[in-house]
Amino acid sequence: MSQPFRRPSGGRIDRSRPLAVTFNGKRLEGFAGDTVASMLIASGQHLAGRSFKYHRPRGILSHGSDEPSALLSVDWRADRGPGYRDPNNRASVVEARDGLVVNTQNHWPSLETDIGAVNDLLSPVFVAGFYYKTFMWPRKFWDRVYEPVIRKAAGLGEAPDVKDADRYSNRHAHCDVLVVGAGPAGLAAALAASADGTKRVILADEGSEPGGALLNDTTATIDGRPAKEWVAGAVATLDARENVVILPRTTAFGYYNHNHVCMVERISDHRADAPEGLARERLWQVRAGEVVLATGSHERPLVFENNDRPGIMLAESVRAYLNRWAVLPGNELVVVTSSASAYRTALDAKAAGMRVSIVDIRLEADCGPEFAAAKDAGITVRSGHTVIRALGKKRVTGLVVSPIGRDGTIGEKTTLACDCVAMSGGWTPSVHLFSQSRGKLRFDVELDAFVPGTSAQAERSAGACRGVYDLTEVIADGAKAGGGELAPEATASFTGFQPVRVLPTDADASKVKAFVDFQNDVTAKDIRLAVREGFESIEHVKRYTTTGMATDQGKTSNMNALGLVAGILDRPLPAVGTTTFRPPYTPVSFGALIGPARDELFDPVRKTPIDPWAEANGAVFEPVALWRRAKYFPRVGEDMHAAVARETRAVRTHVGIFDASTLGKIEVIGPDAAEFMNRIYTNAWTKLKTGGCRYGLMLREDGFVYDDGVVARLAEDRFHVTTTTGGAPRVMRHMEDYLQTEWPDLDVFLTSITEQWAVIALQGPNARKVLDPFVTDIDLTEAAFPHMTVKTGYVCGVPCRLFRVSFTGELGFEVNVPADYGEAVWKTLYEEGQKHGITPYGTEAMHVLRAEVGYVVVGQETDGTVTPDDLGLSGLVSKVKPDFVGKRSLTRPDMIAAGRRQLVGLLTKTPDEVLDEGAQVVDDPAQPIPMKMIGHVTSSYASSNCGRSIAMAMIDAGRERIGETVFVTTPAGFTEAVISNAVFYDVKGETADA
Amino acid sequence: MLLIDCPYCGKRPEVEFHCGGEAHIARPETPTAVGDADWGSFLYYRTNPKGVQAERWLHGHGCGRWFNALRDTVSDAFVATYEMGKPRPDRDAATASTPSNA
Repeated sequence: MSQPFRRPSGGRIDRSRPLAVTFNGKRLEGFAGDTVASMLIASGQHLAGRSFKYHRPRGILSHGSDEPSALLSVDWRADRGPGYRDPNNRASVVEARDGLVVNTQNHWPSLETDIGAVNDLLSPVFVAGFYYKTFMWPRKFWDRVYEPVIRKAAGLGEAPDVKDADRYSNRHAHCDVLVVGAGPAGLAAALAASADGTKRVILADEGSEPGGALLNDTTATIDGRPAKEWVAGAVATLDARENVVILPRTTAFGYYNHNHVCMVERISDHRADAPEGLARERLWQVRAGEVVLATGSHERPLVFENNDRPGIMLAESVRAYLNRWAVLPGNELVVVTSSASAYRTALDAKAAGMRVSIVDIRLEADCGPEFAAAKDAGITVRSGHTVIRALGKKRVTGLVVSPIGRDGTIGEKTTLACDCVAMSGGWTPSVHLFSQSRGKLRFDVELDAFVPGTSAQAERSAGACRGVYDLTEVIADGAKAGGGELAPEATASFTGFQPVRVLPTDADASKVKAFVDFQNDVTAKDIRLAVREGFESIEHVKRYTTTGMATDQGKTSNMNALGLVAGILDRPLPAVGTTTFRPPYTPVSFGALIGPARDELFDPVRKTPIDPWAEANGAVFEPVALWRRAKYFPRVGEDMHAAVARETRAVRTHVGIFDASTLGKIEVIGPDAAEFMNRIYTNAWTKLKTGGCRYGLMLREDGFVYDDGVVARLAEDRFHVTTTTGGAPRVMRHMEDYLQTEWPDLDVFLTSITEQWAVIALQGPNARKVLDPFVTDIDLTEAAFPHMTVKTGYVCGVPCRLFRVSFTGELGFEVNVPADYGEAVWKTLYEEGQKHGITPYGTEAMHVLRAEVGYVVVGQETDGTVTPDDLGLSGLVSKVKPDFVGKRSLTRPDMIAAGRRQLVGLLTKTPDEVLDEGAQVVDDPAQPIPMKMIGHVTSSYASSNCGRSIAMAMIDAGRERIGETVFVTTPAGFTEAVISNAVFYDVKGETADA
Repeated sequence: MLLIDCPYCGKRPEVEFHCGGEAHIARPETPTAVGDADWGSFLYYRTNPKGVQAERWLHGHGCGRWFNALRDTVSDAFVATYEMGKPRPDRDAATASTPSNA
């Protein structure tokens, strides 16, 4: 496509650098500096997409990030393979470059001929709340029929179906002043703020170059010079200052607590020469001393029938395309406005050679100097007129206009032929970031807008984003916000507008489609219906009609929707309120948000020193807390059930080897270590001799079980504490909390040693035989090294803390060696173990083995509401210690009440039936619903050692009910089980308790 | 993200910290001497004010130390941070500057 609508000269494009993009398979030509939108207009094409719901032809409404209609699927690097395409890019901000492949969305078979457009004819059916009202029954149709069909028919672009192949980066930055927006206000603010060379200033703007609205302006002067020269001068001054960072193509999208502002910088999308591997976008997390918001304002569309026809644009956008991109949006322009600013568009279009007339809703008497300026330029102005409807379908061909009588009546209609309409309903300050900062908005009747009221953070707004529109005032306001002063003399701006929500018409308002929200296809009719159905809160109207809920978040539509609701309810606009502005300001890619934290870096896997051996030996892994742990080691042809049965049998008949390195480990050291342990654990520690071990139980202050684990006393002043795998960090925090805040007088140090020691558990009758050849300085005999003791020495020549402990009931050792030696020691023991039938086992077998002998797992049997006595562990609670954490709570009335849920065993009537963990227990399955639950299953396994299934459960007053039959829920109904003791297996031979 | 001024390390982002709830609730010297109702209050009852509240914070991913802070629960502004054991500073109004747009 050539460029018939390109102006012969002018514009901020580089005519020496022609380029082409592929648009719907065709070649689209332009120049460096173009956007895809300006190239489309240069080629004479306005049709740029189909709408969300009705599949109506849509054109280009705006020239910025507020564009609701012209949404494109863009393949940024088609030459590099898949993974570079993303949907819903606004044509108005996609910078053109060679190699871009763009496609329009939401149509079939083509943009020009779209079957889905039948929805437009069926629109009487698709009223507000249509989906809520229609697709209610049958319930099961929703997932299979309704949702897939709706998702296919309605919607925007298609989500990518392959992984994003691009790279994203992030960085943190600190500054004294962050200026958001580099229009006249932002530039003035940055100039003022950076005058003091010690102040670090960051100036960020979402556009490709600084200047904001001045980039659209070819007539304004500042201090006698063209505005663009003032911009160039300001940028040069800022560039020369070492203390200023200017970030173009950088959108501040989120304003969070304590002046934490998140921005995304587009680094490579606009570069044809971007080297492979260059990040696509960069997330900036800025912590600013002060923030100056100079975010400008958004123009309001006018609401009239068929106001969405391609060729109908916002007035300032027509001006931007004319001046900045040197393209003519058509030959025959009608400017429809209730705002003075649109007259500049008319004047510039006239100067560019378009045929121009103006339809002004306002009466001549309500107009300002702009009226005379238009007359002087020879432009016909129809003041006091309204637009009844737009004509044309894929391109506007005319407007039906009429004078409005004094009583609001519609006069004689005239049709104005045109191929382009510039509309303006006034301006809405962009208060998004201010509102995100939790500042309070204030409604200004004069401005007909919400403007920043009370600030919540160290921030100021300047310029159009707080309703200051005159160029001279905007610059002065920006300078003031930056802490300085500027009093330029600039061309007077045409300011002021008369708010209109919906243009007066004599058409049946219940029939015409006059769009309020273009992106979500919400019409004035839909909003009227919502209010009539009782939705009066703007938050409800928004959700019911979806106005303002699309990817543009209603930048162009919100004020018209609010005003319309207020008008119907006959309430002042501030009484209707405004919806909440939430981040992000514009859509942000997931890639930018997560940066390098993806794939293996998304949630790094914490591996033990023995993990490589487990992987090499075919372990199936499971995540436990942050760790990856071997769950079982299947042999060829084995499923988990078979593998676990084999592993658990081997431990009871021969010996098993288990990687327990993930156990939390804390060293408690100091003269007051024993006293500290006394206060933190329920057990008594004073009498525990050096070299002894004890199973410790830890409570929270409320008396409920918090953690457990074996504790060894290595010396008078040194304890080696173990915690549950998942509990290590919180136990450390819990201990530090008491040590620092309640007992600072205790001389104790806590050190996490979880990562320092690898732990190899040898469990089973042959455990000693495996270990014996490698230990020379420790006597392993029962007499010298009984159960629940610890010795230090050497294993395989490696320093070792050797524990005689068991979590299986069998003879057991836990070999603690420095982490770096873990794998080597494991391999040595495993090799020796071959003579004794050694079998590696995983966490699943570990769970079964401990359940067989009735050991609890904190977090499985307990849920934060379980006392030691509930678990049958009251023997571990010291009766003589005057105090420990949780002691006082154990005597609160409810903690000692009868009928508390207690740990018991459950044996199913059918021996091989394995109950579901979490299943509820009832006394009588025939009772009416809701049934009385008397407990739940906490652990349940098939036990090959017991030759049947076993389960643990918490049952109301369970210990008094041993032998009774209860019923347990299953997916199929109920099954019978008998309450038993929670110990299922009698260990034969030399047991842990021997 | 909050910016929290650790008394030992200086200003650090919120992700390095853990909030430990209301401050200046001393654990009774002799819990066994406390009645059920008072012990229940100690365990569970907190003031939850609208405005400035003293609360405990742990700089867990930093120096590892607990300290106290005065935070405005409405604005999230930190009025002061101070070491454990020091009395609550006599400051109730937020001192963070909040320039007006008026």
